[in-house]
Amino acid sequence: MRVGYYPGCSLHGTARELDESLRAVAPPLGLELVEVNDWSCCGATSAHATSHLLSVALPARNLALAEEQGHDQLLAPCAACYNRLASARHAVACDAALAETIEDVLGRPFPSTVAPRNLVEVLRARLDLLRERAVRPLTGLKVACYYGCLLVRPSEVCSFDDPEDPVSMEEVVTATGATPVAWRRRLDCCGGAFSVARTGSVVRLSRAILDDARSAGADAIAVACPMCHSNLDFRQKALVRRGEAELPVLYLSELVGLALGLDAETLGLGRHFVDTKALVERALASKPGPAAKPGPRPSAPAAAAKPASPAAAGTEAV
Amino acid sequence: MNATLDKTSFEPRLTAFVCNWCTYTGADLAGTSRLQMDANVRIVRLPCTGRIDPLFIVKAFERGADGVIVSGCHPADCHYTSGNYHARRRFAFFKELIEFLGLPEGRITFSWVSASEGQKWREVVNDATARVRALGPFSGYPGTELPAWPAAGAPAPNPAPGGGGER
Amino acid sequence: MARIGVFVCHCGENIGRTVDCARVAGEIGKLPGVVHSVDYKYMCSDPGQALIKQAIAEKGLTGVVVSACSPHMHERTFRRAAGGAGLNPFLCEMANIREHCSWIHEDREAATDKAIDLARVIVEKVKRNVPLETIRIPVEKRALVIGGGIAGIQAALDLADGGAEVVLVEKEPSIGGHMSQLSETFPTLDCSQCILTPRMVEVYQHPRIRLMAYCEVDAVEGYIGNFKVTIRQKARSVDETKCNGCGACQKACVVKNVPSEFDERLGKRTAIYVPFPQAVPNIPVIDREHCAYFKGRARGMKKDACGKCKEACARGAIDFAQEDRFVTEKVGAIVVATGYELYSIGKDQPAAGLKGYGEYGYGTVPDVIDGLQFERLASASGPTAGKLLRPSDGKVPKKIVFLQCVGSRDPAKGIDYCSKVCCMYVAKHTMLYRHKVHDGEATVFYMDVRAAGKGYDEFTRRAVEEDGAVYVRGRVSRVYRDGDVVKVLGFDTLNGTPVEIDADMVVLATAMRPRKGIEKLAQTLSVSYDRHGFINEAHPKLRPVETNTAGVFVAGACQAPRDIPDSVAMASAAAAKVLGLFSNEMLEREPTVARVDAALCAGCFHCERVCPYGAVEHKEVRDRKGNLLKVVADVNPGVCQGCGTCQATCPSKSVELMGFTDEQIYAEVNALAL
Repeated sequence: MRVGYYPGCSLHGTARELDESLRAVAPPLGLELVEVNDWSCCGATSAHATSHLLSVALPARNLALAEEQGHDQLLAPCAACYNRLASARHAVACDAALAETIEDVLGRPFPSTVAPRNLVEVLRARLDLLRERAVRPLTGLKVACYYGCLLVRPSEVCSFDDPEDPVSMEEVVTATGATPVAWRRRLDCCGGAFSVARTGSVVRLSRAILDDARSAGADAIAVACPMCHSNLDFRQKALVRRGEAELPVLYLSELVGLALGLDAETLGLGRHFVDTKALVERALASKPGPAAKPGPRPSAPAAAAKPASPAAAGTEAV
Repeated sequence: MNATLDKTSFEPRLTAFVCNWCTYTGADLAGTSRLQMDANVRIVRLPCTGRIDPLFIVKAFERGADGVIVSGCHPADCHYTSGNYHARRRFAFFKELIEFLGLPEGRITFSWVSASEGQKWREVVNDATARVRALGPFSGYPGTELPAWPAAGAPAPNPAPGGGGER
Repeated sequence: MARIGVFVCHCGENIGRTVDCARVAGEIGKLPGVVHSVDYKYMCSDPGQALIKQAIAEKGLTGVVVSACSPHMHERTFRRAAGGAGLNPFLCEMANIREHCSWIHEDREAATDKAIDLARVIVEKVKRNVPLETIRIPVEKRALVIGGGIAGIQAALDLADGGAEVVLVEKEPSIGGHMSQLSETFPTLDCSQCILTPRMVEVYQHPRIRLMAYCEVDAVEGYIGNFKVTIRQKARSVDETKCNGCGACQKACVVKNVPSEFDERLGKRTAIYVPFPQAVPNIPVIDREHCAYFKGRARGMKKDACGKCKEACARGAIDFAQEDRFVTEKVGAIVVATGYELYSIGKDQPAAGLKGYGEYGYGTVPDVIDGLQFERLASASGPTAGKLLRPSDGKVPKKIVFLQCVGSRDPAKGIDYCSKVCCMYVAKHTMLYRHKVHDGEATVFYMDVRAAGKGYDEFTRRAVEEDGAVYVRGRVSRVYRDGDVVKVLGFDTLNGTPVEIDADMVVLATAMRPRKGIEKLAQTLSVSYDRHGFINEAHPKLRPVETNTAGVFVAGACQAPRDIPDSVAMASAAAAKVLGLFSNEMLEREPTVARVDAALCAGCFHCERVCPYGAVEHKEVRDRKGNLLKVVADVNPGVCQGCGTCQATCPSKSVELMGFTDEQIYAEVNALAL
């Protein structure tokens, strides 16, 4: 399937491994990513704090370009980009006057026919292919799925999953053969763009997330947002206390790539600050079995995430 | 919102055939709620959509209506249990006659509006009016010459809509 | 030649503000056949009606058109006025220039033009009206009450005390409904069972009430005064005539771990059971899904897997072979009182458009319960015998967090209405809790406290001021188990601070929803319901217990969320309405019925196939010698409800709906073309 691809600035910078892993997993999952020609910044973090018009016009421009280039959906792997694109589309749909202004500003029609899609949504739509082609199921790997704040909220904008109790990331992780753990901070904020301005807050928030994932018994955290990744991975040295082990933070696409049998380098796993080598070796050691059996699908996280031992009972409610 | 915004624009005339229990009451509710809407629609009240003979619609156009609305209770919500199902089936057949008559489909609006849907009635009225306004005045049935009579053995077209075959 | 009188009403300012009523009267006065056309401030007033009577007398009118409000509002008024002056009432009709014109348009010219059109249409119709006689039908003076909760009980008792025969149908094995599950009731803290059980017994013993528990309404035919109701008597597997309710069978039953519905799954029951000790009737029922005998049968065992209850019963009342039976009852009126159920909190939702709160841990954390479960924990007849113990480990909870508005007032979850009773019962719960656990801390998360009602606000104040409940204004984002405690993460919106509470137990005040299956029942009864499934009343203010189907009334929480006083008041109101109906020997019905012209009818009987009421009969037409000429359709006017589907279907147009004939409708359509 042909999908418009909007990498956004972070995928060309700090989150290159997201770009690389996504491009690597696309062909086996039957996706053709077509990068939108002449895309520009989505305006995340700065535009909507300074100008409402700009914060709508910038994403609208990219959506309009995608539309002109013949796409009906646009994959924005960065959660912030996705949120901006979806919010702009929502704002225009709710405000006819704004819609007119936006067309004036863009100097091109903006029929808003292109649906923004996020990383989780696109991967979840391909679970059958993923199950079929997961030649190296990540059996035994316990993963804490971290949604962050931008992916599923606000609910009227990002309506692909339940805003308070989403399941889609867990479904993807289950399809890779790994086991999603039940934990509670999966929707909390990591501190996001305050990484530089108020590092203290980010450390406090991200540490709580890390601690919770660890106490739930996770071997790794899966994310779908470059900002979350940056706060949890790049900053993790500042988060862990003395003697604590570090916890690898992987993009969902990287986990999927591992399950599909792609090698670590292709997936950009060498670019992480927290060493992923041990985890990759573990994945490689897992039996390159036949493609996952088309068994009953353990879709709901509640079912998949029964506390493994009584010791983990403290985390059963999510 | 108002029908006479622009004196030069064409103001269509629409006839609405509605059932007494759902849509008529829904239109009453729109009134009670003071929902402003286009003034182009004239309602003819019937007990049930099941009472609506497709020929009423044909007659309305013949007598100068530019558009027609047919509206009744939602499926499964008919005051008379099943009148709207008969109407729905009847109008499915009637669509073939509409094409034969050369009526653009946009001139006829079928909808379900319940007694509690005053807001929806306003939307139906405004949408139908806007659509018919864009289509312009209705000027008789065009192309009324008959198509070639089917060859012997082929089933003859049934010229009487709503005539039988109800079930 | 028609002599039509037209009366254009200003309705004070309601019509006059946007419609030039004088111009309407003037224009309509020019129509052929209109001999009298005037406008007046209030046509429905006494002087207004006198104008009509006077004109009929003086001008010899043959038809009257009142251009005013909706016929649903005043058609009866004006027809009565016309009838009072000697004109057949069905020669009087209304043109709706208020709801359909003056109230929905601002432009005076356009509105006046439209009003003229609407009046002209009706004038042309009335010219073709013919005198009709109202149809008189006898009334069956028995009532059916559906639902044996407090609303149904009250309605049944009021009806029976008023002299009417009552059939009370309850689908559960016992009457009592949700009220029998409650521990105490607000705002008086009366013991719920103490005030309810005497009424239940009264129902059982009343000579004019036929109690049909463990039964369901299967089909309804007929119309006001003459309903025929088919009732399914579900197989109890116990012969009601033999059982004396000794309880030996329950003691003997080997299956003892079925989650009790009455205890909201917090307690256990046997497979043969009465739901609760005070049940009425006190006759057990075998739950075939869990019974060892029936499970054995289902597995194809030839030998009986069990039969302990049968052995234990001294009266031989156990009847494994019993099957569902169908009973037909003739009634003149029906009261619907099917009550409510709680919104389901988890992911699984009974209807599209509803969403749950997965983040509250209900169903996975045992100490997160709903309001009805708390009632059972607090009730002396409950699984803990009235001791407040939490479900997970039986410890006394020292800290309980109550969450209001779980589901209610949350459009994102599909329920935008207020459930009305939760503010009150949560306040009651905090008090019951404090009365049982003196050092307990109760925290309530609320959006608003809505305590409108006699003694209600005082009651919620008492919870705070005397019983020390802490009210936090705000919502809770997450509830999860953390070791021994249930963590509650919320936000205090008045202080603007996050709140984290280590609770021992969490009680969710979930929204009230109509009973599952209400849509099917509503369709069986031909009454309308809103998008949530609540039964629609005929008018939200003036006809609160009637439905849009004549003869069907509504009481209690199946119409909207209701507390006990409201439900009882509605039930009494519905009973009064039914008794009013039964005070007539005969009922008058509008003569809007179909008539067949036997000369034209070819006897194809398409009309018979489309008639929803089976009103079309076969009639033989014979010549003078008695030779059969043909068989034609004939409409029974007592059964016909006047939908007119037959007429639109008839190929030869030989059946006509009185009041809506083809001639009349074509005249209306033609009148629009002028």
